[in-house]
Order: sequence, then C-alpha cells, then structure tokens
Amino acid sequence: MTPRREQGEGLTVRALPGTGLVLTRTFAAPRRLVFDAFTRPELLRRWHGARGWHLVVCEVDLRPGGAWRFVSRGPDGAEMGLGGVFHEVDAPGRLVQSEVHDGWEEGEALVTTVFDERDGRTAMTTTARYPSREIRDSVLRTPMERGAGEAYDRLAGVLTEMTMKGEPR
Amino acid sequence: MAADVLDATFAALADPTRRAILARLMEGEATVTELAAPFAMSQPGISKHLRVLERAGLVSRGRDAQRRPCRLEAAPLKEAVDWLAGYRSYWEESYQRLDALLGELGHDGPDAAERETP
Repeated sequence: MTPRREQGEGLTVRALPGTGLVLTRTFAAPRRLVFDAFTRPELLRRWHGARGWHLVVCEVDLRPGGAWRFVSRGPDGAEMGLGGVFHEVDAPGRLVQSEVHDGWEEGEALVTTVFDERDGRTAMTTTARYPSREIRDSVLRTPMERGAGEAYDRLAGVLTEMTMKGEPR
Repeated sequence: MAADVLDATFAALADPTRRAILARLMEGEATVTELAAPFAMSQPGISKHLRVLERAGLVSRGRDAQRRPCRLEAAPLKEAVDWLAGYRSYWEESYQRLDALLGELGHDGPDAAERETP
C-alpha cells in the first residue's frame, strides 16, 4: 500500500448552553490506534499540543480510579498543568475522567470521550462539563491566546511537515 | 469578550427557531409578522424568541413605531464565532499532528504502538 497521508475530518467545537463543550473529530485510523494515541504517554507526547506547546509531564494510570497528569510547556517557558482521575476505562470505545487545571479554585470538569469506528475510520466525540461558565471560558481562552502571535506561521509549518512526512521514507 | 455576553449569545443560538430567525434576518430587515409567517408559531411566540435575541444583542428593532422592523446585529455573533474558532484552530493543529502519527502507526503495522521510537 502506498503510504499516503490521510487526514481526518476537521474538528468541530460546539458550546452547549451553560457550562458544556462538545468536540467532534474523525481520524483515518481504527479506534484501537486512536485510543492508544489518547492514553499512552509515549504516543501522547508525540502529538499533544500546538504552537510551541508540548507535554513535559505525561502520566496516565489507565484504570478506573487511576490518576492522570499532564504538564504542557509553552514557547515562552510558561507551564500549564492539569490532571484528574479516570472514572470509566472501556478500551477502545469510551473514557470518562475528571479534569482539574492547576489554579482552579474549586470544582472539576467531567470529560467523556467516545470513539466510534466505521469502515476503519474513528469518530471521536468529547463532551466536557465544566464546573462553571467562567472556568469553561478560561479553558477556551488558553493556551491559544498565549501563543497566538506565531499561530498561523506555525500552522503553515505543520502542514508542510505533514506533506513531507507523507512521502515514503 | 465578557463571559456573560458570550453565554447569552450561545444560549440564544441554542434554539432552532432563533437560528432560523437569524438566518432570515441575514437576508434583510423584517417585521414580526413577516418573521412569524414561515413558522407554525403565533406572533407572541416569535416575539418571545426575538426578546431573547435582543437581550443577547443579536437583533435590534427599528424606531418606526408601526413596523418596528428587526435587523441582525452581526458583531456579537462574529465575536462568539471567532472566539470558538481560536480554540478550534489550536486543537485542530494538535489533531493534525495526531493524523500524522496515526498514519505512521498504521503504515508500520498493528504492533507499531508497542515499539518506541527513540
């Protein structure tokens, strides 16, 4: 098979009335791989983040009651930490986890991720319920605004890199 | 953008009738009677939706006492869309990196996830 880079379908983000957010994205891969990419630290480190943000801490204890913790470092050296506990782990179809960002005064988000596979492609639906409107809005603002200046240059760079990686090596 | 303004915008957009009203107003001003015509809904019912849209700053009413035409106020809508778009584009960029990774894992065979690249 010719190694041609296949892209998934673009991300949609919908704000629910109140404190919710729904993300949907399709990936051109079976859900076993997608589930691994979302739950295995060695894979998460290879894709999670953009615009100069990348994971410097990635710990995942993938079982109900197990803890997870991510720390992302940005282009200016700023760090953002978040973590929580898995409530449900049903590989490769479903994850339910709590999420607390460093600095949140109170409350935690509940995040449910469902992976549906059809014809070798995987549709991801992530539903997040934040403890307050202010927290949801702050999640939506970061980290995009911190690195916004270089955003589009970097996007162009990633697209070029992806195109080149699509060639046989 | 203030959280309460955004919230009012998203709450206003959550209803299909209100989205249809906004879509109609994109074509130009309309009176309540004109807006109510395509819906199986009374004028008071439409007026109620219009009040929600007005409170969210998405619709304004003309001064003409007789007709009080409704018009679309696009600015808050654009702000809400831009605001979500910033979040979307950040994560879309991240997911494009994941697309590339999944491509590599897929081409390298099902055990690729087991092997670690240096």
